Amino acid sequence: MAGLELLSEQGFRIDGRKPSELRRIRCKLGVFNQADGSAYIEQGNTKVLAAVYGPHEIRGSRSKILHDRVLVNCQYSMATFSTGERKRRPRGDRKSKEMTMHLQQTFNAAILTNLHPRSQIDIFVEVLQSDGGNYCASVNAATLALIDAGIPMKDYVCACAASYVSDTPIVDINYLEESSGGAELIVATLPKSEQIVFLEQNSRLHEDNLGPVLDLAVKGCKDIHAVLDQAVKDHVAEATAGSSIE
Amino acid sequence: MLTNKIFLKKTKKGSILKIVREHYLRDDISCGSECCETCTHDSKGAKLLSKPENNSVIVNTPHYIIPDSNVVFHQIDVLEDAAIQNLIILQTVLEEVKHRSAPAYKRLKDILANPAKHSYSFANEFNKDTYIERAPGEKANDRNDRAIREAGLWYQKHLSCTGITTTVVLVTNDADNRAKANLKGLTAFTIQEYIKSLKDNGSLLDKLAHVGTSMVVEKDKVQFPEHLSLAEIQKGIRTGKYLQGTFLASRENYLEANVSVHNQEKMVFLQGHANLNRAVNDDVVAIEMLPEPEWSCPSSLMLEEIEEKPDDADIEAEDAAVKRKRVPRELRQPTGRVVGIIKRNWRQYCGILQPSAVKEATRHLFMPAERRIPKIRIETRQARDLGSQRIVVAIDSWPRNSRYPQGHFVRKLGNIGDKDTENEVLLLEHDVPHCSFSEQVLSFLPKMPWTITDEDLKHRTDLRHVTICSVDPPGCTDIDDALHCRDLPNGNLEVGVHIADVSHFIRPGNALDREAASRGTTVYLVDKRIDMVPELLSSNLCSLICDVDRFAFTVIWEMTQTADIVKTSFMKSVIQSRASLTYGEAQMIIDDPKRNDEIARSLRGLNRLAKIMKQRRIDKGALTLASPEIRFHIDSETHDPIDVQAKQLLDTNSMVEEFMLLANIATAQKIQEEFPNCAVLRRHPSPPVSNFEPLMKAALSKGFKMNVSRGKDLADSLETATIPDDPYFNTMLRIMTTRCMMQAVYFCSGMIPESDFLHYGLATEIYTHFTSPIRRYSDILVHRLLAVSIGADSSYPDLLDKHRTQIVCNNLNYRHKMAQYAGRASVNLHTHLFFKNRSVDEEGYILFVRKNAVQVLIPKYGLEATLYLNSEKSKKGPPFIFNEEENTQACAGVTLKVFDRIIVQISIDRSNVQHLKLRIQLVEPVIPGFSVPPMSLKPDGDEPPAKKKKT
Repeated sequence: MAGLELLSEQGFRIDGRKPSELRRIRCKLGVFNQADGSAYIEQGNTKVLAAVYGPHEIRGSRSKILHDRVLVNCQYSMATFSTGERKRRPRGDRKSKEMTMHLQQTFNAAILTNLHPRSQIDIFVEVLQSDGGNYCASVNAATLALIDAGIPMKDYVCACAASYVSDTPIVDINYLEESSGGAELIVATLPKSEQIVFLEQNSRLHEDNLGPVLDLAVKGCKDIHAVLDQAVKDHVAEATAGSSIE
Repeated sequence: MLTNKIFLKKTKKGSILKIVREHYLRDDISCGSECCETCTHDSKGAKLLSKPENNSVIVNTPHYIIPDSNVVFHQIDVLEDAAIQNLIILQTVLEEVKHRSAPAYKRLKDILANPAKHSYSFANEFNKDTYIERAPGEKANDRNDRAIREAGLWYQKHLSCTGITTTVVLVTNDADNRAKANLKGLTAFTIQEYIKSLKDNGSLLDKLAHVGTSMVVEKDKVQFPEHLSLAEIQKGIRTGKYLQGTFLASRENYLEANVSVHNQEKMVFLQGHANLNRAVNDDVVAIEMLPEPEWSCPSSLMLEEIEEKPDDADIEAEDAAVKRKRVPRELRQPTGRVVGIIKRNWRQYCGILQPSAVKEATRHLFMPAERRIPKIRIETRQARDLGSQRIVVAIDSWPRNSRYPQGHFVRKLGNIGDKDTENEVLLLEHDVPHCSFSEQVLSFLPKMPWTITDEDLKHRTDLRHVTICSVDPPGCTDIDDALHCRDLPNGNLEVGVHIADVSHFIRPGNALDREAASRGTTVYLVDKRIDMVPELLSSNLCSLICDVDRFAFTVIWEMTQTADIVKTSFMKSVIQSRASLTYGEAQMIIDDPKRNDEIARSLRGLNRLAKIMKQRRIDKGALTLASPEIRFHIDSETHDPIDVQAKQLLDTNSMVEEFMLLANIATAQKIQEEFPNCAVLRRHPSPPVSNFEPLMKAALSKGFKMNVSRGKDLADSLETATIPDDPYFNTMLRIMTTRCMMQAVYFCSGMIPESDFLHYGLATEIYTHFTSPIRRYSDILVHRLLAVSIGADSSYPDLLDKHRTQIVCNNLNYRHKMAQYAGRASVNLHTHLFFKNRSVDEEGYILFVRKNAVQVLIPKYGLEATLYLNSEKSKKGPPFIFNEEENTQACAGVTLKVFDRIIVQISIDRSNVQHLKLRIQLVEPVIPGFSVPPMSLKPDGDEPPAKKKKT
C-alpha cells in the first residue's frame, strides 16, 4: 500500500478529526510551588511542563547582562521516556538546542523586555510525552507559565502547526501526520493583533498553497488562545475564590 | 465540535514498539438516510433514498443493504450492477477492502461516487455509538465482523427511533457471523440467498462469483500442488529459499512461462502445469529454484490449447510431452516452480464462450482473447444467447482440483466479427479509456466562437507574417507542429519549430486536465482515433491548420549554413500556417524546380539542414531501426480494408523528424537546467548485451559478426551487414535489432541519477517529448515547465512535486505501451478482415525457427505469422527435422533457416467460425506433401481455402 491515507474520502483524518479541528487541549496553571510560574499542557498525546523563574538578577557570567532589556533564558528538554523508543540525551543535542533558540526568539518578541533591564527570566520546558507539535505545546505551556509568573507580555503567544495533505490544509498535526514527509508550517502568533512572532517551514510547499495553510494555522492559534484564555480565567477565579475563604 | 473521548490504539511494529494513537469519537456523523431528520447531512445531502425499492421476496420492507468485506471483495460485479442500490458501506469494510485489493477498492469508490447508486459510506469507526474495542484474545477479523454487526444494529435502532419502516439487511457469507447477527435480531443473508430472492435476477445470478465452492464434481482428484501460506512464503523469501517475482505467461506455449524476479536481470523459466501451479499472467508469485540437473529450456514448441480437456485429463502426461528428458547443459536455463501466490492481479477478461457439447449445460468454458490467460470455467444460463457474443468474464478462484480457473460472467460486448465489438474488445484488453468525454470535462473547453484577444497578443510574439507550413501524414487533422526557415541578413538561417500551444487551453488541475492525464495519449487504431483531448481542441483550436491564426509554442534557432546552432530561443507566439502539406506534397514542392516561392525555399532550406543534422547524429551512433509498417486503404462505405501498402519513407519524413528531435533535445536541456528536480524527460536505457543474443546468432549464420558493445558499434555493424543480392536482409536485421531494445520511458529527473538519462536509440544524453502535445500528455507537462522557465506562465504545486510527477510518468509509460499494443492489435484485426475473402501468395522471410514452426515475416503486409510444421493435420507429409545447433528445419532435402526467402499462401482458416485464424501455408520451396501449389495454378480461385489442402 502506498503509505497511509492521511485524509479519507469522507474527510476524516486518521485519528477521526476533520481537517480544521484541533486536538483536545487540557491545561493547568501553577503546578509547582518553587517556581515563580508554572503550567502543564496536554495537546492530544503531547504533554509538556513549563516552569518560569524571574525576573531575577543575572546568574553566572555578568557579561551576559543586557542594559536595555531583560535576558530571556530558555531551556528545552525532552524526557527520556517521552518517545516510543527511549531517548539517550534529554537535552543538548542539536534538535534541542535549535528548539531552545526558537523558544528564545519567540519569547523575546512577546515579553515586554524593556521593563526589566539588566535582569533575567528563565523558562524551562520539559516535554513529558511527545506526539507531534512539540514546539507548539512548549510555547503554549510557556505562555501559561509566564502568565502564572505575572511577567508582562504584549499578548499570549499561541503556536500551532499545519500541514497540507491531498489538496487540503490540516491543522494541529500529530506525530503521524508530521512524519509522513509532507510540508509542515509552524506558526506562533500574538492572537489579538494577529502578529506572527515565529514562522518555520519544513519540507517544500508550493507558494500557491502557502496562503491557505498559513491562514489555517493562524486560525488554529486563535482557537488555542480561546482555550488558554479560559484556563487562565478559571485559574484566577479559583485562586481568588480560595483567597476569599482564607 | 467533538466529543472528547480518547481511545488508545496500540500496535506492534518490527522490534516491539508501543504506538499510542489518539482516536476521536464523534457524535456528528450522519446516517446518510433521506428519511432521517435527527442527523445533519453534509452539504451534498443524504444519499440513501427514504423508500428504497428492492424487490426481494425474503425481506418485505424497504431496506438498505450492508455488505461485509468478503462480499464486497468477491462480489463487486454484483454490487456494481445498476439493480443493486442503497448500499451502506461501512468504514471497516472500506478499509479491509483497501488493504486486500487496490482494484476492488477503486471500484468500490466508484460505486460510492455514483449518484445513481444511492450508496453511502458510513464512518462507523469514528462514531461514538458504533465504535468497539477489540476484546482481549479476539482476532482482528472477528472484531471487524462484530463492528459490522454493531453498526447494523445501530442502524436498525436509529431508523426505528425516527419512526420509519425502512430497515437494514446484513449480507454476509460467513455462517458464524450470520448466526450471531440473527441472534441479536439483525436480518442477515448470504449474497446468494439475497440475489436469488430478487425478482428479475437473471443476469445478476450469472454475475455471482463462485468462491470456495468448486464447480468440479470429482472432489478427491487433486491435480495441483498446494500453495504455501503467506507466512511461509515470507519466511522463505527472507531466508532466500524462495524468490518473489512477476509471472509472465508465454504467448506461444500455454505450458511455459517466465518469472521476472525482482532485482534480478535474468528471467526464471517455468514449465508444465504442476510447476506453473495455477499462476495467471501478471500475478506476483513466490518461486523456488529447481536443482540444476532438472533445469530446462523453452521447448520451441508453439502450443495452443485447442479442444476442451476434461478435468480428469492427466496433466502429468501433458507435462511430460512438453518436457524433454534431458536438456543439454549449454541450453539449460534457470528453472523454477511456483510455490505460492503473493498477489493475484486478476482483471476482467474479454473473450468468447467455447461451444459446449451439451446444449443445455450451464457450465461453459470461456476462451479469453489474450493468449496468455488460461480458459475460464463459468456458469451461465444464457449460453445460447452468449454463443455469438464477445463477453467479459472475471476470475474468482482456482481450486486445486480444477484444471481451469473458475469465474463468472460480467457483461456482453456485442456480436463476434462486428467491427465495433472487435474494436471495443481490443480497447478493453489494452485498458484504453475510450468512453466519451463527460459533461464536466467538456465544461472546461473554451467557448465558441473563439477569438484571439488583444490581451493574448500582448503576451505573445506575433509571427503571423512568417511563412510557416506544416508537413504531416495524409488525413491528419491533429496538426501538432509546423516549421519555417528563412535567410538572415548575416548569412545565417533562422529555423523555427512551432508546436500547438495545448497548455494554453488545458489549465492544470481541472477536470479536462485530469482526464487528459489519465488517458495519457491519443490511441490510433486503423479506422479510429481515441482522442486524449476533446475534438474541439485536437482537430480545431489547437491544431495548426493553415490560413487561420493559432497559438503556438515556438523554438527559434539561428543556424549557420552548416547547421551549427548559434542561438536558441523559446517563446509563446501567434502563427498562421500558410499550407498544411502531406509528406508527399512537400517532397514534390522540393523536387519541383519550377517552384521558387517562399514555401519552396523554406522547405529546401530545412531539407538541406536536416540532411547535415542526420549525418551528424548517425556519426554519433544513433540507430536507424526498422519496423514493418503498413497502411490500409479503407473502403469509404463498408469501412472494410480494400488494399494494403507498406508505409513509404520520403526525405521529408526524416526532415520533419530531424527538427522535432532538435526541438525536443533543446527543450530537454532547458527544462533540466531550470528544474533539475522535476523535469519530465524521456530515457532509453542501453540494453544488456544478453538481449542481443538472438540477433548475433542469426547474423552469424549469414557470416556477419555484430558488435553490440556500444550503440555506435551496433550502428556501424548494421550499416556494413548487407548482402547485395538480398536487399531485405539488412531490413530484417534492423527489425530484429528493434526487438532487442528496451522500452523508452518517461521519468522525473529528480528520481534517478543523471548518468541514467541517456537515450540509447537517439544517442543523446538528454531527451524529452515536446512536439506533440495534442496527442501526448507528457508534452503538455513539458510545455508547462518550459513556459514557467521562460516566464510565460506560473507554476503550480503538483508540477514541482517530483513524486507526483513520477506517478504521472508511470501512468504515461503504461498508457503508451498499451496504446502501442492496441495499435498493433488493430492492424492485426484489419489484416484478418482483409483476408476474409481472399487468399494470396506472397513472399516472406523467416524470422525465427522453432521446434515445430517457423515465424515468417511478410513485408508487404507487415505481417508476422507462424507457419506450423509437423502439425497433426499434415502428419501424412514427411517430418521436419529440427536442428537445434544451427537453428534450422529440414525436410525432404529442403532446409529452412533464418533469413530465407520463401513464398507463402495466406488465407483465413474457417474451421472454427467463432475464432477465425490467419493460416499460412508454404508454397515455395516446394516440399512434396507439405507445400501447397501456388494460387495461379488453381483452377478456381474462390474455392474455400480449407479445401485447397492437397495432402
